[in-house]
Amino acid sequence: MGAIPEIASIDELIQRRLDEILPQRIEQAMQAREEGRTPSMTIIATKGTLDWAYPPFILASTAAALGWDVKVFFTFYGLNLLKKDISDLKVSPLGNPGMPMKMPFGPDWFKSLNWNIPNLVQAGIPGFESVATMLMQQTIKNNGVASIDELRSLSQEADVKFLACQMTVELFGFNHDDFIDGLDFVGAATFLPEAAKANVSLFI
Amino acid sequence: MNFDKDLDARGLNCPLPILRAKKALNDMTGGQVLRILSTDPGSVKDFAAFAKQTGNELLSSAENNKEFEFYLKRK
Repeated sequence: MGAIPEIASIDELIQRRLDEILPQRIEQAMQAREEGRTPSMTIIATKGTLDWAYPPFILASTAAALGWDVKVFFTFYGLNLLKKDISDLKVSPLGNPGMPMKMPFGPDWFKSLNWNIPNLVQAGIPGFESVATMLMQQTIKNNGVASIDELRSLSQEADVKFLACQMTVELFGFNHDDFIDGLDFVGAATFLPEAAKANVSLFI
Repeated sequence: MNFDKDLDARGLNCPLPILRAKKALNDMTGGQVLRILSTDPGSVKDFAAFAKQTGNELLSSAENNKEFEFYLKRK
C-alpha cells in the first residue's frame, strides 16, 4: 500500500533533477554546435565603380581567409566587377561630397590640400572623371592598398563563390564571354536560400 | 624566437597582410611558426582576431618603431 506515494516522490525527484540538469546540457550541446559550425556570409554587390568595388572584395577575401564560407551575388552595375578587363573601372567625384579631393603627389603641404571643386565645374570639364580615377589609382598604390584585380583573384583562390545575375547579363546586353571564369549565372531564387542560411548578409 | 617562414607585409594595407599570411600558412604544416612584419597599425587587432577565429595560435605580437612583428603558429 505504501508503493503509490513512493512512486510519486520518485517522479518528483526525477523532475527536480531534470530541471537542474537539462538547461545545462542543452546549453552545452548548443555551444558545441555553434563551435563546430563554419560561419557564412553572403553579399549582394550592386555597384560598378572603382571605389565601390572595394567593399565586396575586401570583405569576401578576408572572410574566406578567416575560414568562412562566402558567396557574392553580382547584380546590376555590380556585374562590371566580374568582367575580364576591369582596368576601365572609374570613380566619380561628381555629386559625391564625401570624397576627399587630394593630390597623391608633391610635397606634404600640397598633398594635404583639399580641392573643393563645385559640382557644376566638375560636370563641365571634359575628362574630369578620368583624371579623378587616375589620381585615385595613384593614391591606392601609394597606400599599399590592393588592386581590385588582386583582391578578386585572391577571393577566387580562397573559394569565394561568385554568382552573376543572369537577368542583368541579358538586360545590359553582355555575353558570358565578357566575364572571368568560375562564375555561376543564376537568379534571385538561387541566391536567396543561400542568404537565408548565412550568418552575415550584406547589400553593397 | 625561431620561425619556419618569413612574411614581409610592410607597406601593405588592410586586408593584404591577413590574406598573405593565410596564404603562407596554407603552405606550412601543423606546429610550424610564421613570422610576419607589418606597418599597418590595424594589423595588431586584425591578427589577434584572425588567430582567434582560425585557431592558429598568435605566439607574440610586438611593436618596434612603427613596425609590427607577429609570430603565428599553424594549427
